[in-house]
Amino acid sequence: MRTSTGTRLTLRTIALGYLFALLAVPIALILWRTFGDGLGAFIDSVRTPAAISALNLSLLIVAIVVPLNVVFGVATALALVRGSFPGRGLLQAVVDLPFAVSPIVVGVSLIMLWGVDGWFGGLDRLGIRVIFGLPGMVLATIFVTLPFVVREVEPVLHEIGTDQEQAAATLGASSWQTLWRITIPAIRWGLTYGVVLTIARSLGEFGGVIMVSSGFPGVSQTLTLLVHSRYIDDHNVYGAYAAATLLMGLAVLTLLLMTVLDRKRSTT
Amino acid sequence: MRHRNIVTVTGVLSAGALVLSACAGGSSDTVGASAGGGGAVKSTLQLYAYSAPKVGYDKVIPAFTKTAAGKGVQFEQSYGPSGDQSRKVAAGAPADFVNFSVEPDITRLVDAGLVAKDWNANQYKGIPFGSVVTIVVRKGNPKGIKDWDDLLKPGVEVVTPNPFSSGSAKWNLLAPYAAKSNGGKDQAAGLAYIEKLVTGHVKVQPKSAREATETFLQGTGDVLLSYENEALFAERSGDPVQHVTPPTTFKIENPVAVLSKSKNLAKAKAFDDYLFTPEAQKLFAEAGFRPVDQNVAKDFAADFPAPQKLWTIDDLGGWKTVDGTLFKKETGSIALIYDKATQ
Amino acid sequence: MTATLFRRAEVPALPAPEAPPTPGAPKARHGLGRPLGVGLVGLWLSLIVLLPLAALTVASFDQGWSGFWDAVTAPVALASLRVTVLVSVVVALVNAVMGTLIAWVLVRDDFPGKRFVDALIDLPFALPTIVASIVLLSLYGPSSPIGIHLNATRPGLLVALAFVTLPFVVRSVQPVLIEADREVEEAAASLGASGWTTFRRIVLPTLAPAVIGGTGLSFARAIGEYGSVVLIGGNIPRKTQVTSQYIQQQIEIDRPVNAAAVSVALLAIAFVTLFVLRLFASRSQRREEASA
Repeated sequence: MRTSTGTRLTLRTIALGYLFALLAVPIALILWRTFGDGLGAFIDSVRTPAAISALNLSLLIVAIVVPLNVVFGVATALALVRGSFPGRGLLQAVVDLPFAVSPIVVGVSLIMLWGVDGWFGGLDRLGIRVIFGLPGMVLATIFVTLPFVVREVEPVLHEIGTDQEQAAATLGASSWQTLWRITIPAIRWGLTYGVVLTIARSLGEFGGVIMVSSGFPGVSQTLTLLVHSRYIDDHNVYGAYAAATLLMGLAVLTLLLMTVLDRKRSTT
Repeated sequence: MRHRNIVTVTGVLSAGALVLSACAGGSSDTVGASAGGGGAVKSTLQLYAYSAPKVGYDKVIPAFTKTAAGKGVQFEQSYGPSGDQSRKVAAGAPADFVNFSVEPDITRLVDAGLVAKDWNANQYKGIPFGSVVTIVVRKGNPKGIKDWDDLLKPGVEVVTPNPFSSGSAKWNLLAPYAAKSNGGKDQAAGLAYIEKLVTGHVKVQPKSAREATETFLQGTGDVLLSYENEALFAERSGDPVQHVTPPTTFKIENPVAVLSKSKNLAKAKAFDDYLFTPEAQKLFAEAGFRPVDQNVAKDFAADFPAPQKLWTIDDLGGWKTVDGTLFKKETGSIALIYDKATQ
Repeated sequence: MTATLFRRAEVPALPAPEAPPTPGAPKARHGLGRPLGVGLVGLWLSLIVLLPLAALTVASFDQGWSGFWDAVTAPVALASLRVTVLVSVVVALVNAVMGTLIAWVLVRDDFPGKRFVDALIDLPFALPTIVASIVLLSLYGPSSPIGIHLNATRPGLLVALAFVTLPFVVRSVQPVLIEADREVEEAAASLGASGWTTFRRIVLPTLAPAVIGGTGLSFARAIGEYGSVVLIGGNIPRKTQVTSQYIQQQIEIDRPVNAAAVSVALLAIAFVTLFVLRLFASRSQRREEASA
């Protein structure tokens, strides 16, 4: 379909104009407001003890969530693609569930299950604090990041088929050897892509953790909670911009990784 | 070639993130603060407070850590709506020391067995500072608000927090109630005013005093009802607001308590005692809070003008009565008005 | 990245039948491993996803059916649902149009910096929602340098939701456009059809399933959104309070049953949306397979 130059330029202008007004200008403004006073002010603002603790906590949560999601995500994908048991459709739907749940609802559900008045409220009496402790924030983050590894690994598993694995089996490999030496390498780019998505989503989690965190700066504030608390509680607008820019830097990093891996994935 | 550039940039950014996180963390969010402070940290106190007093604790906590009793104590502080904070502590959030806006939020913890029944046994009844209810308006007072009746003028939008989560909201509603009902003697008149105010002039429901201030500063509403200390905080931060204290207003008293299951009971009690010393009282006064120590109050009389008539919670029968008759969910008179107006 | 979100539709419902095992192949080794693996996976998903949602649902009926019904039909709760659904529908429609347009420009047009713009589309996915909120607030909030003040207004909500749902339609339409058969369009042009007619009668029907899929996903995402609206929305009941904010408020004022009930209502809307989408996707897939 040949569009006239006029139409093409109009469409291009509208598209770029929309993206400009919605994405580019707001981000440019934040960067300008953050770095307008120089790099020094920005560095100082993100090096306060509370900010460092927030970064550490965010990275700690990622460090817990990613391995769990990798192990159970690959297992789930294997079960969905290679398994043949009743309830596969249900499993599929459950994996997709987190996409339909609002982060606030995630927080409320976790409170209903793990809170002192909840089903597992007894844990609190045993001294294990889930809600208002690190486990609560980890559980909220796992909930929202659950589908990513599964969804990225599933199509790859489906594409590669079972030929190689069956060949390995006939040559005498145990299921563990097959998994480790045949399956995992075959899905590595899909898996890595899923891990990058998981990291991005974990770092960005806000609605769920704000409901289950005890909110102590330096102890139980993630970077996202820090941005919110600086803006609302501390009236520290510049600090909020600086922390937001730090998060944005991490997001851009993730975006770069996604772009690099996407290319590797489609060419491998 | 481009691919390699992307990988290089990615690597550099990752390294940067890791280097940043390798530095030690801490609770202070002020620029230039060193993690953990000087000297070994021997104990940590977790403070749960309502939304407004951070500006006071920013002065008092460093002073406390310089005293012998407070040496080596590190503080973790959480601020939020008084009722919500109290709910969280009752639900298991870790705390050693609490400072809420209204007494019922402490009573909730007493009932839950977390605070001793004699928490308010000292001479100041467990209240280290307070304030008065004031009316905050835009700089220049364009709508000419001077008294409670001005709030009912047509078109005036009033910002006051949600009384079910915020302690400040309760004080804000008690002030005009006491004024109009002559100290609770004419309940009907008081409630009639509250009904007109809430139904016709309150449109937003910020969850805490601080969020109400933020909402007002962002442009919503003509008038903000708040603590005098919060008004002073906004003005001293350079925000384009000023406050007008009506001739008849209410005395705000913000209680503190030590959690009896605290792991650092001795330090928490030491901090509790410290708040009533003249040194701490002076610091609270500098931050905008009305001190309870009368000697200190004399020195700051200029900052804290005395209103013509100051009603207190005791005039209305004490918090137990007031909370039970006015604010109790589903049955309190003001609670019902609020529910009807906002439901 | 979102391209993979829609690859699901291409995965057949049943796994390819396993080739019969060659004689002598050790099959017994998988005997215990497989059911154990599935059991563990089931346990994990239950613990992480199903149990919390079950606890939520049970809690919402803590005061019986009437308690649930009263909580969901409370005027402010209904108002928040109305605001949420209304704003989300508008955003979804905006995305349907602009997303398709942007996908078209990215696939069929070429200009310097196109690769950069293409990568930028994924930014709202990678960006934390609270950062989106503060970013939009700085430009369209009270301290806006261009004098546009959208904070505490519904247009402010629209902007925030448009920001976070931008990639959905774009990324679902792009792959379809890339694979589209240009020959049919050329044929239509050679028969005298104008650009618009060709687009309307040839291209659009091909894109329709992708557009609808992406629109539905952006709607489902928008109704549950919290982080991006929390700073710019103003949380004004009946005007700009979205349901996620209402739910949070109910928890803060110690009304957990109300919070649970409205949460269940919100979930129901999202589930229905995604279910309808799934039905539509499988029906259009069957239609494509039949016509192929």
